[in-house]
Amino acid sequence: MVLILKQRIREYGKGLALIVILLLVWEGIALLIQNNYILPRLGEILAVLLQPAAPVLGGESLIQNTIQSLKEVLAGFLCAAAIAIPFGLLIGWSKEVQKYLNPTIQILRPVPPIAWMPFAIAWFGIGFNSILFIIGMGAFFPILINTVDGVQGVRLRWIEVAETFHATTFEKLRTVILPGALPVIWTGLRVSFGVAWMCVVAAEMLPGTTAGLGYLIMYAYNLGQLQVIGAGMIIIGIIGLGADTLFRAGQARLFGWQGKE
Amino acid sequence: MMEPVLSLDGITKTFWDSEKSCPALAGVSFDVAAREIVCIMGPSGCGKSTLLRIIGGLDYADAGRIGQTSGNKDKKPSAAMVFQDHALFPWLTVYENIVYGLRLSVQNLPEEEIKKRAESLLELTHLNAFALSYPHQLSGGMKQRASVARALVIKPSVLLMDEPFSALDTFTRRELEDEVLRIRQDLKTTILMVTHNPEEAVYLADRIVILSERPGVVAAILQVDLLYPRDPADPAFIRIREQVTRMIQGKA
Repeated sequence: MVLILKQRIREYGKGLALIVILLLVWEGIALLIQNNYILPRLGEILAVLLQPAAPVLGGESLIQNTIQSLKEVLAGFLCAAAIAIPFGLLIGWSKEVQKYLNPTIQILRPVPPIAWMPFAIAWFGIGFNSILFIIGMGAFFPILINTVDGVQGVRLRWIEVAETFHATTFEKLRTVILPGALPVIWTGLRVSFGVAWMCVVAAEMLPGTTAGLGYLIMYAYNLGQLQVIGAGMIIIGIIGLGADTLFRAGQARLFGWQGKE
Repeated sequence: MMEPVLSLDGITKTFWDSEKSCPALAGVSFDVAAREIVCIMGPSGCGKSTLLRIIGGLDYADAGRIGQTSGNKDKKPSAAMVFQDHALFPWLTVYENIVYGLRLSVQNLPEEEIKKRAESLLELTHLNAFALSYPHQLSGGMKQRASVARALVIKPSVLLMDEPFSALDTFTRRELEDEVLRIRQDLKTTILMVTHNPEEAVYLADRIVILSERPGVVAAILQVDLLYPRDPADPAFIRIREQVTRMIQGKA
């Protein structure tokens, strides 16, 4: 038990080393140049982070801004999943459907979500709905592509087993295709959540928003408060890391059979 | 002979590979009687697996007729298949795997009946202690036993087995062959099995159907007149095994 703990600490230590070095270098340079508009001291960033409930720059608190961004991400991510998974199942299942839809998907996929912003504002107005649309656009494709891949990777033999038992088409989809493809779909969800998180920050930087971490960073930039920007970036990074860790833990727990079948 | 459970009449199948035809089966006919174990043998590529897949409903015959005495009144499957690679669903427990076929809408069974059947098959295949395990936690032999239980649970009129034990080591293999004989005894199951192994065929089968090379037709049907349990070291056993080997090689 102690041994495992020691090993854990050593493993984490390897990853932490570079972070500590980077922070030291940052602090060293900040001390040298003494200019808050180029490089704020770590202590100042920490001061912002240590008062998460206090209003920042006369606006919402760090916590409120974080919650706002999380809300938008979750809403966009869930909407994207709700549309992308059924479509992915359909496309992966039917070569014919794939022929009809694939060119459109491949054309839309490389378009950066932020490029939709002018259209989003024209269609949905300034605010939550537009941001939802941008996030949804970013989150949609990783889920769709992975769902299609997942379905096409389901072993034919498993489907044949269902057929020998006279499963209906819907039963095949529900009892074999979906569970068989789920590990790959899960990877799509993990990647997609990361993309959604990047989109929210970018989307909030655009005019018209009044809250969120992206908004906070842009607002702090206009006021030259770089220590607030640093604090915002750290929160974004930590939440991203947390979400990724959760998804990976889920993967190991739910799909322990992967690679052992 | 008793009323056949399964009768094949002129089964013909040709595969098409970009304009080139590749005949696999050219009029295969034979019957399988109730409680009989019939082994299908023949050189590689004689269409043995294809024949089994056609009977199991995974492939269509171009011509010919399959007659089955029971199970065709409704849409329930009358044949169940055991594949070489166990093909268990890795995301389901052994229990969930076994009841898979029973939970489908075509069976329409109450949960108590499902539970009862699953438990009696877990008992029969000695998997009680592993009901809640996942397939990847089982040994090769246990996986294949679970796969047999999954097939038997729907009470098929004929159990189709496609080289079921060829991936197993010799000892596990013999253990499972004995289990097949016991299952036939206990459940009065009719079994049609494809195998590459002459010893396995002589150990298990009442009759051995030998198919000729591409396209497959029935070259010979051999009655194995040895009492069970059979002894592979018995001279009579060895004689039949050698005869089967020669027939497969087309030298007899």
